[in-house]
Amino acid sequence: MNDRRPGFYGYRRPDGRVGTRNHVLVVPTVICSSLVAERVAAAAAPYGAALPHLAGCGQLGPDMHLTHETLAAYCGHPNVGAVVVLALGCEQVVAQTLADAARREGKPVEVIAIQSEGGTVRTTAKGTAVAQAFGHALAAQAREWCDVSELVLSLKCGGSDYTSGLASNPALGRVTDRLVDLGGSAVLGEIAEIMGAEHLLAARATRPDTATQLIRIITRVEAEARALGLDIRGTQPSPGNIRGGLTTIEEKSLGATHKGGERAGLEDVVAYAAPIRRKGLTVMDTPGLDVESVTGMVGGGAQVVVFTTGLGTPTGNPIAPVIKITGNARTGRQMADNLDMDVSGVMSESETLDSAAQRLFDEVLAVASGKETAAERLGHREFAIHRRNPTI
Amino acid sequence: MKAVLIISERDNVATALERLDPGRRIEVETMTLIAIEPIAAGHKIALRPIAAGDAVFKYGSPIGLAIIDIPAGAHVHTHNVASSRGRGDLKVAAPHSGPHPRPAEPPDTLQTSRPE
Repeated sequence: MNDRRPGFYGYRRPDGRVGTRNHVLVVPTVICSSLVAERVAAAAAPYGAALPHLAGCGQLGPDMHLTHETLAAYCGHPNVGAVVVLALGCEQVVAQTLADAARREGKPVEVIAIQSEGGTVRTTAKGTAVAQAFGHALAAQAREWCDVSELVLSLKCGGSDYTSGLASNPALGRVTDRLVDLGGSAVLGEIAEIMGAEHLLAARATRPDTATQLIRIITRVEAEARALGLDIRGTQPSPGNIRGGLTTIEEKSLGATHKGGERAGLEDVVAYAAPIRRKGLTVMDTPGLDVESVTGMVGGGAQVVVFTTGLGTPTGNPIAPVIKITGNARTGRQMADNLDMDVSGVMSESETLDSAAQRLFDEVLAVASGKETAAERLGHREFAIHRRNPTI
Repeated sequence: MKAVLIISERDNVATALERLDPGRRIEVETMTLIAIEPIAAGHKIALRPIAAGDAVFKYGSPIGLAIIDIPAGAHVHTHNVASSRGRGDLKVAAPHSGPHPRPAEPPDTLQTSRPE
């Protein structure tokens, strides 16, 4: 251990990755087992974390694949110490595949199915017993010192206003640049919100292929939006963004892309919830909807999320801490419950961007070491798997 | 605190950091700007006249095209600026306001499977 390098206290996993939390994940294979999964997770507090979702059946091809891959990614995630797979019995998502994803990473796992267990009451009782036993085992695990380069930071903004592009996003961008300088990783999603700023990111690609992939997915998302035959301004920028002074998607994107820093090289472009494979900056193909986007980036392996907001939003995640930061002084007062950090001093010139970035960097490491975020305190654990096609 | 903020020297708009009332004189860099209409905090003010069809620049990059002539000191927002990006409601795609050519690439084929 080098005392001069920043780091945090995390949970080292058998696969070498590091967790910032130690959850017993209770994962329903299908919407039908979601309620039981939520009850089991609640009964295994404070370790239990459920992933209630609306999918798992009635899906074909790419959507089924995406549901499977996303749930499997959470089962293997370093913030998860043990897994209970809660199946129904007749659904498409294969419980054993999810269990295997956890086993591959050396996590204890058990599969319980409502149809074979004999109904809600018996399944809830058995699931609770298993999840509580897993929780007791996790309680004995200790955090250990981990270098900052082990961190994969998810970069997110939502409820943006004019302060996002001037204060909170540039502060986060400085954290990204510093983290990447130190050998860490960061992931940027929300392809629609790179539209208009892609030339800046593409210019930072470390390989020509990566720039081409970035432009390809932006072209695809733009073509998808066009194919709807509708005015994208119904959602991008959102009505709240427009009230906040943002005029076009380009303006929103240019502000949003500041989260990715100014010099960190763009190393990779990956699919939704797919593993973040490289150190440095990665772009993930996620939609702009906050919860779907955070769900995907955490699925990719991010252990901490920094979420900048102008207007204030409550979004959390079941397994990863979400740090909320605003540059809007009014939001800082109005939504204090939901916020972890106020950098509005950057707007009023009472704080420099460098100072705000230093405070945020320290907060990221404190949260990585276990400090509770506002979203965790309030029980915000939103989870939504991206879907492309209709339910069949 | 400054009344308005210019982010890049290429920009032809500035961001109001406080509400600007009509007739408000603002010294910005080497010029004097006069707000000709109310502009809310966080909204944009034209630094110089922008002709219909010209690009509006903020952060040093184009954020859309002026759809009518915009005089200096005017409020710059959705009523006088529009983007053509992702617009399915436009029959023919309007000229791209970005500084880079629109790429003619096939749809993406990102690998979605996790490695074994």
